Amino acid sequence: MSAANGSYYLPSPSPWPAITSAGLFTLALGFILFMNSIAAGPWLMLVGAAVIVYMMIRWFGQVIDESEGGLYNKQVDLSFRWGMGWFIFSEVMFFAAFFGALFYVRQWAVPWLGDTELLWPGYEAVWPTAGPKGPMPISPDTLAPAGSFSPMGAWGIPAINTAILLTSGATVTWAHWGLLKDNRAQLITGLFLTVALGITFLSLQAYEYVHAYTQLGLTFKTGIFGATFFILTGFHGLHVTIGTIMLITVLIRSLKGHFSADHHFGFEAVAWYWHFVDVVWLGLFIFVYWL
Amino acid sequence: MASATAHHDDHPSGIMRWLTTTNHKDIGTLYLWFALIMFFVGGAMSLIIRTELWQPGLQFVNPDFFNQMTTVHALVMVFGVVMPAFTGFANWQIPLMIGAPDMALPRLNNWSFWLLPPAATLLMISLFVPGGGPAAGWTLYAPLSTSGSPGMGMDFTILSVHLLGMSSILGSINIIATILNMRAPGMNLLKMPMFVWSWLITAFLLLAAIPVLAGAVTMLLTDRHFGTTFFNAAGGGDPVLFQHIFWFFGHPEVYILILPAFGVVSQIIPTFARKPLFGYVSMVYATATIAFLSFIVWAHHMYTVGMPLAGNMFFMFATMLIAIPTGVKVFNWVATMWRGSMTFETPMLFAVGTVFTFTMGGLTGIMLSLAPVDTQYHDTYFVVAHFHYTIFGGSVLALMGAAYYWMPKWTGHMYNETLGKWHFWLTVIGFNLTFFPQHFLGLAGMQRRVPDYGLQFVEFNQWSTVGAFLLGISQILLLVVVIKCIKGGKKATTQVWEGAEGLEWTVPSPAPYHTFATPPKIR
Repeated sequence: MSAANGSYYLPSPSPWPAITSAGLFTLALGFILFMNSIAAGPWLMLVGAAVIVYMMIRWFGQVIDESEGGLYNKQVDLSFRWGMGWFIFSEVMFFAAFFGALFYVRQWAVPWLGDTELLWPGYEAVWPTAGPKGPMPISPDTLAPAGSFSPMGAWGIPAINTAILLTSGATVTWAHWGLLKDNRAQLITGLFLTVALGITFLSLQAYEYVHAYTQLGLTFKTGIFGATFFILTGFHGLHVTIGTIMLITVLIRSLKGHFSADHHFGFEAVAWYWHFVDVVWLGLFIFVYWL
Repeated sequence: MASATAHHDDHPSGIMRWLTTTNHKDIGTLYLWFALIMFFVGGAMSLIIRTELWQPGLQFVNPDFFNQMTTVHALVMVFGVVMPAFTGFANWQIPLMIGAPDMALPRLNNWSFWLLPPAATLLMISLFVPGGGPAAGWTLYAPLSTSGSPGMGMDFTILSVHLLGMSSILGSINIIATILNMRAPGMNLLKMPMFVWSWLITAFLLLAAIPVLAGAVTMLLTDRHFGTTFFNAAGGGDPVLFQHIFWFFGHPEVYILILPAFGVVSQIIPTFARKPLFGYVSMVYATATIAFLSFIVWAHHMYTVGMPLAGNMFFMFATMLIAIPTGVKVFNWVATMWRGSMTFETPMLFAVGTVFTFTMGGLTGIMLSLAPVDTQYHDTYFVVAHFHYTIFGGSVLALMGAAYYWMPKWTGHMYNETLGKWHFWLTVIGFNLTFFPQHFLGLAGMQRRVPDYGLQFVEFNQWSTVGAFLLGISQILLLVVVIKCIKGGKKATTQVWEGAEGLEWTVPSPAPYHTFATPPKIR
């Protein structure tokens, strides 16, 4: 390895990228077959997912070993920082597509539908709506009879979830301060609290989803309101899940004694990611639940 | 440097070398071969299109298959040829040009490439599943791509686009990290070669645009299979929403295809004019300006869908603004050549050819930017001619110029100049014969994406088909030149070209497996 003299670390040939691609190909193929009701689909998806999980354990494991082995100098560390920062930017743009869709339908598409009296007579184009052919909206958080749906109000569980995520942003920063001061107990306590808050958030979201599907008549198929609601909160929930897994990984690494006050980008990357899902949630709370 | 490279030269042999490589030169080579193979695949599809259009009526393929060919031809050429080829050049050249030992994140680099073959496989499988491949056009407009495409071919296409997008995003992250963090000491940003600058800006375009495409095709997928109504008015959605999101990606995408070409031209012309690039700093600012403007012009693809007048006006004027920075670039290239001691080796021929044909495409672009005029031109062969002048006449000609320019550095041999010149002239003649008549066809009202046409269009279409076959067949010359150049030929010197400047011309030809293990000093 060329890192011996402190120069930029160049990894040896690695099988993991190609294995990852094979796993992703299998997962994608399985997903296509699954969507088209072909029996082999779910099995292929399972195989693809297993390959990807195995790869992540081995590939990331190798990176962790290299990091703890002192192979990454300051310049390598900076490459990781640029990489993670711009990766998060690309994630922001991914969410921007769905926020853009929400703004567009609320500002233009739905009002225009109300203007076409000939095409959709009697349609009242007011947000929340499931469209001219969808169920009728009723007031938030009420039991919805057949043919209607009830949007989710902002000031119940969503407000609590906002408090939970904001608190978790604070606890992960507190953990970071602990790491910088070499206070391992503070690091581990902070991370543990963050993970616990993340899991609480996810549990409450799951409860809300069940509530929406069983009582509010609000599903992914509930017109444009249901579609934007579930695609935004769903992808956010997926990102919180990924973030929680990353936090758990960092917590385990902390328990093993990894990271030092001046070399802990693995921790910081996870913290950045966690703040990112936090900020996305604030957008969701304001534009999906509240306004 | 020799001692630093010797012990690190070991790599697995055979297929494992290419599957596991973390070397920027190996990965660059993989990208370029992938792009060349897909170039022939996508080219064969275009010849099917041109064969059907030899005469009016339906004789060779059925209309649905014709639409599949136009769709997959476009997707292959955009995502399988131009983007991977430029990424291949970025991989080979950026570390050499900024004095870096490799790309910043070598394993990620390998993964970026190896996402492409699975993605291409999914796209190709789509042509063979029940219902056939995607026939909605590369723009995948809803409802053509939702209720209009019940077959699973569209699902294969969507998942293929997801993998292609992942590859581009990861590749861009790597390029940004490399350029910002791996430059040799002393090479500040405004000392970077223009090719590096153009890729830095392109990478930002990719990072901002590709995730939006991923969002758009995800919504297509949920509309197709999970009962959502994003693009269905009955549920409160809007098909025009898809067009907005798609073109928010799509317009930056076309600059993603052309900006690296501008970079290549800005490298080649100074070398063969034996003068430094005229207006280097203005080139940088012009490129950045084009990139910024590309995000606020998307709806000029949608003048005819029915937007509020204010929308049409805004997008029209914003689009016309792009002519200014683009004009800056063209005039700078011309000024670079002015009173230069020019020679016309094959790379220079391709670079000058690029400036000519791209400028033509740029001028027809200004015509199309006018909303009232576009109402007439929309979805005619005029548009087809316009974007082939920019993407083939711009990006692909520049890619070929880049290949001739840097091939001696990679292989250590000079290519065959006679064959190279034949390749250039046959390519530009075939290209212009194919696409120049299409301007007239479009102005006269011939619709694109239709396998049949009126009798009055026969003659121009036959010229176009003859040109397409000439263009297609002459690309075999490119393959011959590349293989001959790899196998042997006159030894290339370190500098290769008399007027060449830059770090890549200070390493031996062929470039050793590892270069700049210790960073060079920049004066």
